[in-house]
Amino acid sequence: MTSTRRRLLVLVAAVLVLAGVGTGVVLHAAARADRANQPQAGGPAVGAGTLTLDQKSRLVFVNGAAGPHRTAVASVPATGPGGRRIASDLKCARFYAAAGTGVCLQSTTGVLKQSNSALLVDANLRTRHTFPLAGTPSRARVSPSGNLVAWTVFVSGESYSSAFFSTRTSILDTRTMRLTPSLETFTVLRDGKPYHASDINFWGVTFASDDETFYATLNTSNKTYLVRGSLSRHTVTTLAENVECPSLSPDGTRVAFKKRILSRTDLWHEYVLDLRTLKETALAERHSVDDQATWLDDHTVAYALPAEGKVGRSDLWSVPADGTGTPRLLIAGASSPAPL
Amino acid sequence: MYLTDRSAPVKAGTDPARRRGPGRTVAPVVLVLGTVSLITDISSEMVTAVLPLYLVTTLGFSPLGFGTLDGVYNGVSALVQLTGGHLADRVRNHKLMAGLGYGLSALCKPLLLLAGSIGTLGTVLALDRTGKGLRTAPRDAMISLSAPAARQGRAFGVHRAMDTTGAMLGPLAAFLILRAAVDGYDAVFGVSACVAVLGVLVLVLFVPGRQPAPKTDEAADEAVDEAVVADGRQPVRVREALALLRLPPLRALAGCAALLGLTTVSDAFVYLLLQRRAGIGEEWFPLLPLGTAAVFLLLAVPVGALADRIGRRTVFLTGHAVLLAGYALLLWAPATPALPAAVLALHGTFYAATDGVLPAALAAIVPDRLRASGLALVGTSQALARFCCSLAFGAAWTVWGDGPALAGSAIGLLCCAGVASIVLRPAETTR
Repeated sequence: MTSTRRRLLVLVAAVLVLAGVGTGVVLHAAARADRANQPQAGGPAVGAGTLTLDQKSRLVFVNGAAGPHRTAVASVPATGPGGRRIASDLKCARFYAAAGTGVCLQSTTGVLKQSNSALLVDANLRTRHTFPLAGTPSRARVSPSGNLVAWTVFVSGESYSSAFFSTRTSILDTRTMRLTPSLETFTVLRDGKPYHASDINFWGVTFASDDETFYATLNTSNKTYLVRGSLSRHTVTTLAENVECPSLSPDGTRVAFKKRILSRTDLWHEYVLDLRTLKETALAERHSVDDQATWLDDHTVAYALPAEGKVGRSDLWSVPADGTGTPRLLIAGASSPAPL
Repeated sequence: MYLTDRSAPVKAGTDPARRRGPGRTVAPVVLVLGTVSLITDISSEMVTAVLPLYLVTTLGFSPLGFGTLDGVYNGVSALVQLTGGHLADRVRNHKLMAGLGYGLSALCKPLLLLAGSIGTLGTVLALDRTGKGLRTAPRDAMISLSAPAARQGRAFGVHRAMDTTGAMLGPLAAFLILRAAVDGYDAVFGVSACVAVLGVLVLVLFVPGRQPAPKTDEAADEAVDEAVVADGRQPVRVREALALLRLPPLRALAGCAALLGLTTVSDAFVYLLLQRRAGIGEEWFPLLPLGTAAVFLLLAVPVGALADRIGRRTVFLTGHAVLLAGYALLLWAPATPALPAAVLALHGTFYAATDGVLPAALAAIVPDRLRASGLALVGTSQALARFCCSLAFGAAWTVWGDGPALAGSAIGLLCCAGVASIVLRPAETTR
């Protein structure tokens, strides 16, 4: 046998083996994806039902429990979050709702790329409007009045010789349907002076009840700031450093946020900042929290933590907002909490 | 000093390349290396396409956690390239160095699954980029050494076209897998690893270990300063590689590549500006690089062959003129539906006229035994210059805004191209 033939034989054998391994890996993942859509023994009770955003004293979230309702918007009674989940038909990567207005960020896999969109939904979870998104869904918020909606996506661009990654944050006025595609068009005031940079990124908007003031994270030259924004004046002003993903308390006096505890690492602890005194209080959660927290009431915040041992799954936890107490499991297999 | 300008037109009658069919003008090694690159690029672009999604949706990374990885991703390979190039010449085994590079990257694909934090992920990505850096110069040296001097442009064109084909197929494969298996990132990484192993295997099996006797004529070696060319049997030393910089034509080419690199706005900025100017829907943004790649893919071979005929330096400079035309369109053309197509076509043409043509031009300058070192020197100086350009462009964008920043780059590019066209002009004394 010539050496060329021998080498071709080795190649064919290798192709067969590698194709087999590759097929096996894909089939295994496909089977796992199928299993995730089958209810599992010991899992929470989830049933289809009518879910509206004007029901009171309920908690809505994105259901992460295995079964046909995985990734569907679901709700439980606020007083008994461990109870039976009522799931809607609406499936989202990220969801938030207030005052009968909901926002659902979706992501579907196309042939050439991921296609992402933001759905503005009414109290019956019917889509009022769809907005195409430039990237992967990240944060979503609705103002207490339901008049304003904000979302943040990650934009990534790969090309022949470069890769980059940034965020884009948009705000929608649901009364006029006027969309501010990017907060980066706003004037930034840092320490009272106008600040310009090309590397500005915003994420994690939270709204005050006046439909005018909002808070968000501003990132520039490797620093993150808490900014207070004015929608009518198109400005944001820096307030504090090392503050990410703010969440304004219902009474508007405090902001819960995640603080990077070691520079250049992905370790964050959850804090509460008093907006009058700028005094920070560490919360009792000792795990790294990488989520935009939600206030369940003026005394409690909720947030998602990665579920132990399950890649890609998260549980919702809650903790007192004054730094006391201990974290409590709120809803297992869930994300994107929003109290109605 | 006697110096052949290999980029000068070849007399039509004496060039065998123009008589034979296109298939026979490319050495088998080039096709094999092209196949290896095609397979490897499918593998690496599969990962690149889904990595941000994986980080965000599965690992739950927040925005700029990934940003810190970005620098790692881009900076590593440029510097490693010098090492890879020199080591390949030193051990006089280009295949070995290239194989190590491809192998290292293949090894990193399954490791991605184990990387759950920024730190470990950064390490794996850095290793992957190290592999890319190690293999680039030896691989290009093998292409260069296997093609006759008169057909370097075509050889590199064929390689780059195959390479880009792989880069375009990669995301397709990745998203098909994700459609078959929802959240199947592990499957994407697994298949990517299998594909990468196949690439290494093709290299090991079908690329000859010893370089065939160079088909370039001896003039290339004669062109080298006596101080550089020692006895061909002695191992290549760092000093020798550095002495390459004393070669006026190499210095000129490396200098011009760096100079032009300083004013070449990074692709990301081009796409951002194009999106702003043409009002392209956000959802189409990820597809813009595909436009560039498609044009690059179509033109790499014909433009490479053209470079062999009319002169590589001419085509290299024309490529930058084409880029300048693209900048001009971005700055002044009305936002018609044709604008994105025109800009992407010019951008792709720029790559076709420069990416493979630059190494092709080096074949006439760098002696065989220092080929990988020479390619690495020029490649690294270009990459570092482009990196500096990115920083400067960001600063200019901050101070002046995007339009003026691009206008500034365009003026800079015009000046640099002017200087380069004088420096790279085939000097009469060399004929």
